[in-house]
Amino acid sequence: MKQMSLPLGEVLPELVLVVGTVLTLMWALFAPRRRQAATALVALAVLGAAAVATAVLLVDPPGSTFFGTYAADPTALWAKLIIIVGTAAAVGLSVEWFASDPRHGDLYVLVLFTALGSALMAGATDLMELTIGILLSSAASFALAAFHRRSPASGEAGIKYFLVGGLANAGLLYGSALLFGLAGTTVYAGFRAGLAGADAAALAAAFALVAVGLAFKLGAVPVHQWVPDVAHGSPAPMAALITAIPKVGSLIAIARLAAAIGDSPVGWRPIVAVLSAATMTIGNLAALWQDDVRRLLGWSAVSMTGYGLMGVVAVGRSDIAVPSILYFLLAYVVGNLAAFGVVVELRGRSDIASYSGLARSRPLLFAVLVVAFLSFVGIPPLGGFVAKLELFLATIDAGYAWLAVLAVANTVVSLFYYLRVLGPGYFEAPAPTPLPVLGRWSAVATVTCAAALIAMGLVAQPLLRAFQDGGLLPR
Amino acid sequence: MLTAVIFVPLAGAVAVLALRGLEGRRLRAVATAISAVPLVLLVVAWARFDLGRGGFQLVESARWIPSIGVGYKVGLDGLSLPLAALTALLFPVSIAYPVDDKGRLREYLAWFLFLEAVSLGVFLALDLFLFYVFFDLSLVGMYFLIGQWGHGEARRSALKFFIYTLTGTLLILLGIFGLYLAMSPRTFDMAEIIRQQPLAGNALRGGLVFLAFAIGFGIKTPVVPFHTWLPAAHVDAPGPASTILAGVLLKMGTYAFVRIVLSMVPEAFDRYAIWVGIVAVVSIVYGAFVSLGQTNLKRRIAYTSVNHMGYVILGIAAAAAVGRGSPSARQLALTGATVEMVAHGLITGALFLLAGSVWNRGEEYDLEAYGGLTSRAPAMAGTTILFAFASLGLPGLAGFVAEFQVFVGTFDVFPWLAGIGLLGILITAALFLQMLQKLFFGELPERWLTWPDLSRVELVGLVPLAALVVVIGVAPAWLLDVIDSASKGILAATRAALGR
Repeated sequence: MKQMSLPLGEVLPELVLVVGTVLTLMWALFAPRRRQAATALVALAVLGAAAVATAVLLVDPPGSTFFGTYAADPTALWAKLIIIVGTAAAVGLSVEWFASDPRHGDLYVLVLFTALGSALMAGATDLMELTIGILLSSAASFALAAFHRRSPASGEAGIKYFLVGGLANAGLLYGSALLFGLAGTTVYAGFRAGLAGADAAALAAAFALVAVGLAFKLGAVPVHQWVPDVAHGSPAPMAALITAIPKVGSLIAIARLAAAIGDSPVGWRPIVAVLSAATMTIGNLAALWQDDVRRLLGWSAVSMTGYGLMGVVAVGRSDIAVPSILYFLLAYVVGNLAAFGVVVELRGRSDIASYSGLARSRPLLFAVLVVAFLSFVGIPPLGGFVAKLELFLATIDAGYAWLAVLAVANTVVSLFYYLRVLGPGYFEAPAPTPLPVLGRWSAVATVTCAAALIAMGLVAQPLLRAFQDGGLLPR
Repeated sequence: MLTAVIFVPLAGAVAVLALRGLEGRRLRAVATAISAVPLVLLVVAWARFDLGRGGFQLVESARWIPSIGVGYKVGLDGLSLPLAALTALLFPVSIAYPVDDKGRLREYLAWFLFLEAVSLGVFLALDLFLFYVFFDLSLVGMYFLIGQWGHGEARRSALKFFIYTLTGTLLILLGIFGLYLAMSPRTFDMAEIIRQQPLAGNALRGGLVFLAFAIGFGIKTPVVPFHTWLPAAHVDAPGPASTILAGVLLKMGTYAFVRIVLSMVPEAFDRYAIWVGIVAVVSIVYGAFVSLGQTNLKRRIAYTSVNHMGYVILGIAAAAAVGRGSPSARQLALTGATVEMVAHGLITGALFLLAGSVWNRGEEYDLEAYGGLTSRAPAMAGTTILFAFASLGLPGLAGFVAEFQVFVGTFDVFPWLAGIGLLGILITAALFLQMLQKLFFGELPERWLTWPDLSRVELVGLVPLAALVVVIGVAPAWLLDVIDSASKGILAATRAALGR
């Protein structure tokens, strides 16, 4: 039994983020207009400090903390690092994009809160803790989606995101209440004992409702409709953030919850498998004929979520389920930021036609796009390939070969729409005047992400090793 | 040394992009020189190759991703050495061959060098993960080559090629997983999988993995009914890319049938050998008949590839049917199939280069538009006639050596199939003779009165191929000994795995 004093050191990264966000807010409030851009540096410093704190904890992970409501296990810590790295890249994409926005500084406060909410989701081992994480991340990212106040598209994206989110979060709360009623506790560690003998149908319903709440953050079926709108209408750097960062926390959260409930008569595994199958298929089919690169990226983000859920299906049945989820998240977040980074660097151009001839007018940006898209497809030796390899292996290992076969079919389909951008980009003659680009910060962030994707495929070993013994508390 | 074989062209691709000072012919010369380095290295490897030693030689390995059993491992045996050497020969010839570069010569050369690296990687990889990496990357390279430097509906054909063959490679990936997950400890090491035979005695799983491989590699080879991407890709690709497609990329499919399917799931292959044989014979006859019906020069040559790959698969199927025929006949069939891979690479590779030359001069593939070119271009006529005769299996040329062995071996295993398959040779003879007649004999149409003969550069590329076709036809022992050393070992391992 731990002492009743609060083990604050074990949640140091979260504390750093909270305090740092407050400091960022202070800066944004009191710094003069011309110094608003420096808020980005403050935010980056906060993220850096949080990364250091996470790395320190990784040396000797504390495990379960705060009386069983929160996990600081290696999986949560790695997820946090992925969130921090991804958020930092999104900050890099934002600097020039929002340079003329008078509320430039406020943006980073919301960005940091989104990251913090996602981090809380990744560590939650208690339903109330999970709810806090989801709501924090949602509240902050609603505002981010609609950040361009004068843009109707941005407003529409925000409203749609908010409405779907309200519905999903209601489901989450209702499901949590049901689970609490069945198990007699909100702490995951008590689920195994508390749910023994619980009504199987009620349990399945409870899990499904909570899963809907998480599916919203994931952008998974049946609450995925906001993804293409946010991808299209939100400020492009924030589209990159919102379609990626909350996914990290929520995918770990759903895996953690599933593992805590364990295999019961009705079982969550088939539910997640069906969600996964529907998500990847719907996302891919909808992406096929998109003529807008941002919408295309949005739908492809939906289908990616479907692949990620394959890893959840395998949790508890395959040793590589958890590493496959982490590796997938890293590859996805970095790939997504690289792809959206190209859009940002092209000043938000998203009409497919304006990408024609990009290979000759902007060779470096085109190369980034090739790397990001081929990584999404899973062409070796890029990060996405190792991720898919692990996910497929885990799924087959868990006895869900049909899901892997479906994922293969979807992968083939996905190649088609990625090539709808890459083909004309390479084969067509470039426009007489090259598209204007945004600036150095976003270029550096974008190219770094692409380089990381290549490196992740070539030197996968250290990461795979690190992810290997993550485990999922409370089990 | 084998590592250098793969990575010199890869570094060359980067260098070609980076060397902004070089242009035009000098740039092409540099690229050709780089692409010839693997050939030199492989000739040295051939000299050092020890016929008496079984297994893989000149192995180089390094740790890569040990936590999932992935290693960097390259090496060769009597099966991969000839194919790698063929690849290393075809690439410099294709790179040097004149083509319309559409103002993007630098990128064209870089893609070719990239493709050379990954193609060599496919044949030299001894780890399934590494094999898959190279196998998949070959699609990317070919996609851009066809789409950018092709003609006609090049982009459509390139897209079709990429999507079709990616479907195949993903099925292959599932098959690889089936093998990998049954291994203990889990590893992608080819030699280890062949040694352990992880699916022995597991009829269902073995059958499924076999099915995934058979369709996946069947698409790549291609066999009927998975061949529909091939004519489109060939017709619209630039000549040298067609050469690589036919000479090298198709061989990846047939090579894998031996290296992976036959060696790693021999039980299932044995069980279904007759069906594979039937598919092969259908490819032979169908490919020949459809080819005969084509009036488009390139389409006609493309369909003969379907026909020739049928011979290869027939030989491999015969070798896999352990219960039937004598061991020596099956070994003959396997050796013949491998020689056919090499012979087809040389012959059809050369025919596609010649088709490229025809396109460069006339921008026309319709056979009806031609005639009487012998008077204008005797060298072109002579070389085309030589390669066409080699392709139809004239004794004294490489194709004959291969097909003779395939059929003699197969007669002992599947006599009926071999009998029907012989029909294919007959039709092939007819279609090539008709093609030659339409191109080179009869009256010369007025528009071709200024038709130039083969240039020196073209001849320099074609003559070595022609010489090899003749040498293999007349004195094939140096090649057969090397291939035999592999077929013997592979079939002995198969027999041992099946306990017969």
